[in-house]
Amino acid sequence: MIEIKNISKTFGDRTVVSDVSSEFESGKTNLIIGESGSGKTTILKMMVGLLKPDTGQVMYDGRVFSEMDERQQQEVRKEMGMLFQGGALFDSMTVEENVAFPLRMFTTFSEKEIRERINFCLDKVKLENRNHLYPAELSGGMKKRAALARAIAGNPKYLFCDEPNSGLDPRTSLVIDDLILELTTDFNMTTVVITHDMNSVMQIGQKVMYLYSGKKWWEGNNKEVLTTTNKELLDFVYASEFLKQLKPGGK
Amino acid sequence: MLLKRAFSKPQKFSVYRKQFFFEVNNIGISSLGIISIISIFMGGVVTTQAAFGFTSAWVPIYAVGFTTRESIILEFSPTIVSLLLAGKVGSNIASEIGSMRISEQIDAMEIMGVNSASFLIMPKILAAVFINPFLIAISMFLGLLGGYVMGVATGAVTSNQYIVGIQYGFMSWKISYALFKTSFFAFIITSVAAYNGFYTSGGALEVGRSSTRAVVWSCILILLADLLITQIVFTH
Repeated sequence: MIEIKNISKTFGDRTVVSDVSSEFESGKTNLIIGESGSGKTTILKMMVGLLKPDTGQVMYDGRVFSEMDERQQQEVRKEMGMLFQGGALFDSMTVEENVAFPLRMFTTFSEKEIRERINFCLDKVKLENRNHLYPAELSGGMKKRAALARAIAGNPKYLFCDEPNSGLDPRTSLVIDDLILELTTDFNMTTVVITHDMNSVMQIGQKVMYLYSGKKWWEGNNKEVLTTTNKELLDFVYASEFLKQLKPGGK
Repeated sequence: MLLKRAFSKPQKFSVYRKQFFFEVNNIGISSLGIISIISIFMGGVVTTQAAFGFTSAWVPIYAVGFTTRESIILEFSPTIVSLLLAGKVGSNIASEIGSMRISEQIDAMEIMGVNSASFLIMPKILAAVFINPFLIAISMFLGLLGGYVMGVATGAVTSNQYIVGIQYGFMSWKISYALFKTSFFAFIITSVAAYNGFYTSGGALEVGRSSTRAVVWSCILILLADLLITQIVFTH
């Protein structure tokens, strides 16, 4: 389980995240949703240690991550996998080299075991026979799947996904969402997904936290999102012209 | 601070060793072509200019070979070729690491638990410090060869006069001095470029700026270091 306790972050005179607390349960897909600029990515970066919170704590199964030194954080990070918005695959490496990278770096697996693990991961994300392609030769959806394969290669306890559906068509988005849900359940990972895609919320939102102006505004699950009376969340959920027709009370 | 992180204990020696040899090829071997061409032409030009400059009857003609040797070994090969490498290798390193930074590849490494500064920078610095003296030694040989070919082909010197000239008053420590200088310049090129690349933020425009800044600062620091090392070595 991951806990964030009263975390805040200010850049200059702009407070981006203000006193946010929550718990992200293992074996579940925990979604952080909100408009652009609401502080979602900043929270994620504080959770993985790319940014240090000005106040508050980030805890991994009781370990206070935000107060560890760099070397201690590196050890905890070996238990993490992350899917970046753009994939962040290493350009100079093939798909299989990307997936093998954390294994070669941190395990004592033999080459045979590494190859088996690569094939297992690529098989999981349905990207077989693409081992020798470079990231530049992959489509957007394939890049996300390859990055997901790399993220799960080290058998992480915690999986982070930063807007996994951005730039993808609705059908491919569903494939990625299904994969995230399946991997979370199969490997009992604590998964945190940043998104503003309502399809994802409905599909995989086992726990949903809604951020508004850097503050936690609402928390629940994907069923409760539809029946909420929270005005800001309703405006966010029913933002599109199509969905406005379905909004409780009409436009 | 960055260098301290870069030179912390490698997380896995076998991966770093592989990366080191990859960088030896990437930084060193791939520069051999351009270094060879420049060195041959440089030697040719120095010989020609020396031959046409020494018009006095008091200056023996073998002085052409002597001048070519001194110029090539002491300055042209170590310094001019290092300036060339600052452009080629420095811009390459800064743009490679800068692109990795803006496309979140460095963040991805950090989140895996990899010390990105160490993994990306240390093998590059060590590879350049190791391979550049070899490149410069080849450059010296080709520079002298270029001078020989040009001198003999134009009739400025005879083969015998040139060979006597390049052997005249030869002091082997000057080669060691030049190669030491080269290693130091290699450290400047790679560390300055890596620093500029690593702290890139923004987009493609900033990657270009980092790359330019890396080349400019490397060149300035190489010339400054050259002045200081020469001053120290030749006055003591």
